[in-house]
Amino acid sequence: MTEHVPDTVDNAIATPDKHQPYELLGLKADEYAQIREILGRRPTSGELAMYSVMWSEHCSYKSSKVHLRQFGQKVSEDMKKHLMVGMGENAGVVDIGEGWAVTFKIESHNHPSYIEPFQGAATGVGGIVRDIISMGARPVAVMDALRFGAIDHEDTHRVVNGVVSGISFYGNCLGLPNIGGETWFDSVYQANPLVNALAVGALRHEDLHLANAKGVGNLVVLFGARTGGDGIGGASILASDTFAEGGPTKRPAVQVGDPFAEKVLIECCLELFQGDCVEGIQDLGAAGISCATSELASNGDGGMHITLDNVLLRDPTLTAEEILMSESQERMMAIVRPEKLEAFLAVTTKWDVEASVLGEVTNTGRLIIEWQGETIVNVDPRTVAVDGPVYNRPMEYPSWIDALQADSAAKFARAQTGTELRDQFLALLGSPNEADTDWITNQYDYYVMGNTALHTPDGAGMIRIDEESGLGVALATDANGRYCQLDPYVGAQLALVESYRNVATSGATPMAVSDCLNFGSPENPEVMWQFARAVEGLADGCLELGIPVTGGNVSFYNQTGDVPIHPTPVVAVMGSIDNVARRLPSGWQDEGENIYLLGVTRDELDGSSWAGAVHNHLGGKPPVVDFPAEKALAGLLAAAAHEGIVTSAIDLGTGGLIKALTDGVLRFGVGARVWIDELQQRDGVDATAALFSETTARVIVSVDRTDDVRFRGLCEGRNVPVLRIGVTDTGSASLEVQGQFEVSVEQLAAVHRATLPAHFGPVVGG
Amino acid sequence: MPTVIVEVMPKEVLLDPAGKATARALQRFGDGEITDVRIGKRFEITLNTDVTPELLEHIGELARDVLSNQVIEDVTSIHVAD
Repeated sequence: MTEHVPDTVDNAIATPDKHQPYELLGLKADEYAQIREILGRRPTSGELAMYSVMWSEHCSYKSSKVHLRQFGQKVSEDMKKHLMVGMGENAGVVDIGEGWAVTFKIESHNHPSYIEPFQGAATGVGGIVRDIISMGARPVAVMDALRFGAIDHEDTHRVVNGVVSGISFYGNCLGLPNIGGETWFDSVYQANPLVNALAVGALRHEDLHLANAKGVGNLVVLFGARTGGDGIGGASILASDTFAEGGPTKRPAVQVGDPFAEKVLIECCLELFQGDCVEGIQDLGAAGISCATSELASNGDGGMHITLDNVLLRDPTLTAEEILMSESQERMMAIVRPEKLEAFLAVTTKWDVEASVLGEVTNTGRLIIEWQGETIVNVDPRTVAVDGPVYNRPMEYPSWIDALQADSAAKFARAQTGTELRDQFLALLGSPNEADTDWITNQYDYYVMGNTALHTPDGAGMIRIDEESGLGVALATDANGRYCQLDPYVGAQLALVESYRNVATSGATPMAVSDCLNFGSPENPEVMWQFARAVEGLADGCLELGIPVTGGNVSFYNQTGDVPIHPTPVVAVMGSIDNVARRLPSGWQDEGENIYLLGVTRDELDGSSWAGAVHNHLGGKPPVVDFPAEKALAGLLAAAAHEGIVTSAIDLGTGGLIKALTDGVLRFGVGARVWIDELQQRDGVDATAALFSETTARVIVSVDRTDDVRFRGLCEGRNVPVLRIGVTDTGSASLEVQGQFEVSVEQLAAVHRATLPAHFGPVVGG
Repeated sequence: MPTVIVEVMPKEVLLDPAGKATARALQRFGDGEITDVRIGKRFEITLNTDVTPELLEHIGELARDVLSNQVIEDVTSIHVAD
């Protein structure tokens, strides 16, 4: 095997016509031409490696950028009030008061999780946690929004087992509570599961750190795990034409994570921040050193000079191009003042973390990388990290969407008897998307660190941030791909209001949004139309609700064969609560409390769980979104929580009123007697719609009789429609819908809990 | 009763966290000459029949499809025990 000769800048000038395998690296001919124009010569293979990964859809947002701008434009002054860091940094930062700030972000790790579910999902958690650390925060919790193929497909078992054990392995080893998320099964995700990981961290205002390389002469330090050949399937192409026969083994496209190394890295970083050892910091994720150096330089004084030989390697045979592209996990890059280096290294040594100085910050406007004494990269970092290609991709109104919207679920005959309603209800309760997810969430540790106030199956997760005052945050994630398929604009807004309402239902006040936009191929004009509509819907919705989008990510090319997934814009809403002791539980606990339904019910069954689970149907138009009603409801819930006049609150989402009632019963095993005739009369709906409609802006609450008058006064004052629909009943041990049907608590639990174990095996700790 | 030995190792270029941790522990015990440890798996498969080339081929398939995860592991050896 001959030595790999690095392609230097001088060499690139001398051999302008050398063929370069840019297509195999995912670059288009015009993009390659653009790189040549920027440089005024052909790129070296190292430069080509950097441009190809940084100009990829994943890193450059080249297809989505023109649409995502709306998140920055459709913003009122009021929405910026609490925003300390907005979009564009590793994660957004929100001021929650008392000197505390919270940073949170949701990100996809979809494709790796299909190839190697365990490591793919595990490194997804690791990656998002490093984003949080790099803002200067201590990670305090994680959540996951998951989408799998059909529950009865033979391959689903492999993916579900791998993904769930990967998440629990990494998160549990890190000692971070997993407080929520959601799981859907649908054949559209068969060969393309979605693994969207969210992390949240807390920091004092003064601890905020940003990813920029400022201060000429400051040192660039790489620390954490050594660099190996992880996740650089593509880079070997660059080296192959210079290798002799039998060249290198193809580098794998996956990475293997080490959560214990990451745990040490968290503590090490926090101590570095505390000791004021760091000027700027960036985690290494996709595109590794290429991304970290070019982004840090772009966001700082504009230049950086690096000696790549100083990178500590796990595999000494790596070529320069491979080192630039490696996605080895658990690595960070810091900008350190020279006089602080000793203190910096003292901390890394203490934590047994390896560190090496790669080079320094300059003001030349150039990112220069040397390897074996020669210059192999000399570029303007902004052309790599910021000014990449931007596409206005063609969009087309989907040819099939009118027919789909015309195919309403109204064609199905409604139940005529209580028995029929009961059968439909039980079919819905045991359907994969409504069934209990204990099988998954029991594998996660949700109490570690001792600050968890709410967790699955509560609609939102809640974490205490300040142990003295009780100040905390609540988070929820939501996305209904079925609704988005029917209408991506409304569907995205439905995900937003659902997530918003879940947070409000916990008693917290919604403050900010992070989104993970999962779509098919942007090169398909119909998918691009879906994407544009979803982003527009989300941006308009955030403006209506007055909460800003602080960051997130876009994942394109999600498809099974040629069939794109349902558009799945996962929306995470974060809210704050003055004292987690005032949180609202999501189930009733005491005898004889009144159950009230807040909001009005319309006959909205198109695309609902009822249509899917009972009739295997998807068609029609999704429910109407009513932002003023959502805001009024959220205000009411926050006030009720603050004054302590409701004893529980449960959001009405998929499955409608009957599912919410079931959640209320099953949370603590307390039965209830409810009646729906008054509701039917007031809102002009039949029993099926009353029980299964998915009309938005509705919540059920339980109220102690002694607080009845105050509670009704509160609703009147805030103009929220209210109707008493039942009472809690500890004695009955059943859920009774008067005049229709009755199901015992035992049977509810059995039906709800049977589905996942029937496919995947026994529940852990069940 | 012949026994077939199958050995599986993590792919060379991928991180082996357990191996790395073991190497660090050995180094802490003062074994300065140890630079790396990689941890694999060894399967001892006992048969009730003689080993034929066809059977060995079949065990090779099982090793690749069932005993190892080809995305992150390699089957490094299949041989009959002495």
